[in-house]
Amino acid sequence: MWEIKHSRSASFYDRFERKGGNTEITHYCPGCGHGVMQKLIAEAIDDFGIQDRAILVGPVGCSIFMYYYLDVGNISASHGRAPAVATGVKRARPEAVVFCYQGDGDLAAIGGNEILHAANRGESITVFFINNGIYGMTGGQMAPTTPLGQRTTTSPRGRSFEVEGPPMRMCELLATLDGPAYIERVALTNARQNMRARKAVRKALRNQVEGRGFSFVEILSPCPSGWKVPPEEANRWVEKYMVPVFPLQVFRDLDHSDRLPKGIDVSKGGGIPFAADPPVPAAEAPEGGSVARGTIGEEALTLSGFGGQGVLFAGMALAEGAMREGLEVTWIPSYGPEMRGGTAHCHLRLSRQPIASPWISRPTSLIAFNQPSIGKFAHAIQPGGLLLANASMVKEVPDRKDIRIVRIPSYEIASELGSAKSTNMVMLGAYLELTGAVDQESILAAFVEKGTRPGMLESNRRAIEAGRRAAVEAEQA
Amino acid sequence: MRLLMKGNEAVMHGAIAAGCRAFFGYPITPASEIAEMASLLLPDVGGVFIPAESEIAAIQMLFGASSAGVRAMTASSGPGISLMQEGISYMAGALLPGVIVDVQRAGPGLGNLGVEQGDYHQVVKAGGHGCYKTPVFAPNSVQEMCDLTIHAFDVADRYRTPVMVLADGALGQMMEPVTITTSAAPEPEKPWAVTGTAQTRQNLITSILLEHEKQEMHITGLERTYAEIEKNEVRWEEVRTEDAEILIVAFGISSRIARAAVAMARAGGVRVGLLRPISLFPFPARRLRQLAGKVYAILVLELNNGQMVDDVRLHVAGITPVELMRRTGGMMPAAEEVAEALRKMEKECVGNQA
Repeated sequence: MWEIKHSRSASFYDRFERKGGNTEITHYCPGCGHGVMQKLIAEAIDDFGIQDRAILVGPVGCSIFMYYYLDVGNISASHGRAPAVATGVKRARPEAVVFCYQGDGDLAAIGGNEILHAANRGESITVFFINNGIYGMTGGQMAPTTPLGQRTTTSPRGRSFEVEGPPMRMCELLATLDGPAYIERVALTNARQNMRARKAVRKALRNQVEGRGFSFVEILSPCPSGWKVPPEEANRWVEKYMVPVFPLQVFRDLDHSDRLPKGIDVSKGGGIPFAADPPVPAAEAPEGGSVARGTIGEEALTLSGFGGQGVLFAGMALAEGAMREGLEVTWIPSYGPEMRGGTAHCHLRLSRQPIASPWISRPTSLIAFNQPSIGKFAHAIQPGGLLLANASMVKEVPDRKDIRIVRIPSYEIASELGSAKSTNMVMLGAYLELTGAVDQESILAAFVEKGTRPGMLESNRRAIEAGRRAAVEAEQA
Repeated sequence: MRLLMKGNEAVMHGAIAAGCRAFFGYPITPASEIAEMASLLLPDVGGVFIPAESEIAAIQMLFGASSAGVRAMTASSGPGISLMQEGISYMAGALLPGVIVDVQRAGPGLGNLGVEQGDYHQVVKAGGHGCYKTPVFAPNSVQEMCDLTIHAFDVADRYRTPVMVLADGALGQMMEPVTITTSAAPEPEKPWAVTGTAQTRQNLITSILLEHEKQEMHITGLERTYAEIEKNEVRWEEVRTEDAEILIVAFGISSRIARAAVAMARAGGVRVGLLRPISLFPFPARRLRQLAGKVYAILVLELNNGQMVDDVRLHVAGITPVELMRRTGGMMPAAEEVAEALRKMEKECVGNQA
């Protein structure tokens, strides 16, 4: 029934070579709880046979030097970030048993966000939270978990509700989330409670081995140096001042077996380029030019209108078609926080040579979908250039004799076709007719390649061709 | 085969081709498409995407995945990169490879979403604490968004260092044809990683060295690595420098404007050439010095308040006049204006010394 252990756990190093100085003893103070806790963890690792698989993520605080002692994979995290680091480790190596060991300043203050979200994601990791209500390593400053009234080096008058606020209860906080599988608070106050802590430690690690998800054990632990009390009184101090604030209980204990996160299948990482896979072949691609069939040498086109008019899309379609004809292409959009209704414009360069700047200050062509676009860009059109205006919304065009001005009632034309949304395709068709920049079939081939449905493809073709006819009519008029 | 895509999309296609199998990200304009592509593409190649709770957490998740020996990355824009600086410093200190892409926007503070290059200092000069540097590669096309991301993974593993790709909103949002390439070097073995196995059990990933002597030795080791990087990893591009009397120096998207300006100025008879640093650390210092000895004057074009110009002046060391032309806040100089500045510079400098 009883087994008295005299030997050191195999998961501890025999000598603490990494520590320097005295390699026989730890750096913990007399009466500190860390020694007991780490012993409980090491024994559990031994008993479950997971020493090789175990990875400790140790953050800043007195626990940072656990890698002196624990003979497991060791990773030091920055202050508060252990649950994020552990997330990265566990997702990369799902077979590893990944655990964090964090103090209260680390976990509840600076790392509050990381623990909250790791818990909420139900990360399949184990977190040991050593709560001694104080910043131990830095010399006894007030922590989020310091009880009201306690004097520390940064609450010399005692923590007050009004100034510092009341202590944070992390188990209770995390227990509001659906993600965690297991949450319990224990205390290192006497042999009986230590055995409870032992049980909780084992459960939290076993949960991970068995794939139950996120496990969290808070351990109320003595820090006589930080509290400035004699070591022999420290356990009693926990009982008297901490346990009333932080009740000992199980807050969550779910038996999930389907929580193991999908990790990385490293065997698939053979460097096979994903995007280089050939796209799904076009079902019935219209005949598109593989060599430039358009007649243009160098085109600097600005398309401009309201957000929602399909301005950017029309530019993109033209760019796709031009690329299929072997032209060099750049398409650069205006972008902003507005999702809809703002202004939208894009610059599109087509060239047989490599393109230098993607921006256009003097366009060779402007497709203006609305009146503000005229004010913004029409003055800059190069002499001999083209202004193609959507007559449905553009009522006034500039009085310039040195450019070609064509007006197309694209909204009315699109509406007649039964698809007011095709305004942009009507404008695009007119542009193709006027400039011969790109073969319309190259553009339609791009639509097919992108998986455009046959009905939509046909609708786009009708709109483009209606735009072309309208351009011819407008030129004749 | 050529595909038309945004620079941000090209980053992720390159990353996956390079064997990246984990992405941890937080949304921010104009970088968000990188995370979106990661969430779309990674699961299909056996990888993982986690929407992190903050950039602070994202970089630490990258720290964790990299510690475990997996090629991983994150991406953000200036405000998020500022938050990541803590983690980048820890990665540098712990000798962890990883790729961080900065798609810059205008700052300081929230600034706006316009195109700016104001993160040069915080990215090239190691914006986190302590004695470290990170290699930085600055693409100027959508193709290079892909290629330099791949290259960044290779360099990161070769030298065990975080590597940054410094792009901007224009490169992230613009579309150009791209051919997806593959990693030049096979992913190396990582015997130092902590992978949860008997072979790696005694490995330790940390950046803490309490003894001052050991910390100094560690930094000396980092310096040796950086010296190797400076020897082997300098990259730049030149345009029409062979007979140049005036040199324009620009990186990233502003080099595209500079390139257009060079063509315009050349058409007007000005003998001007472009030096485009592709690696910002290591900086193409030697080549710059050589060219500085041949030209009458140098114009630095930046979309910031003058940051790379500090490095240009440092390496030119006064042997040639260096002038700065810049716009900020998302404003863009027209290529014509830059060409005009080059013409003016030729008139003033070449005339005077001839």
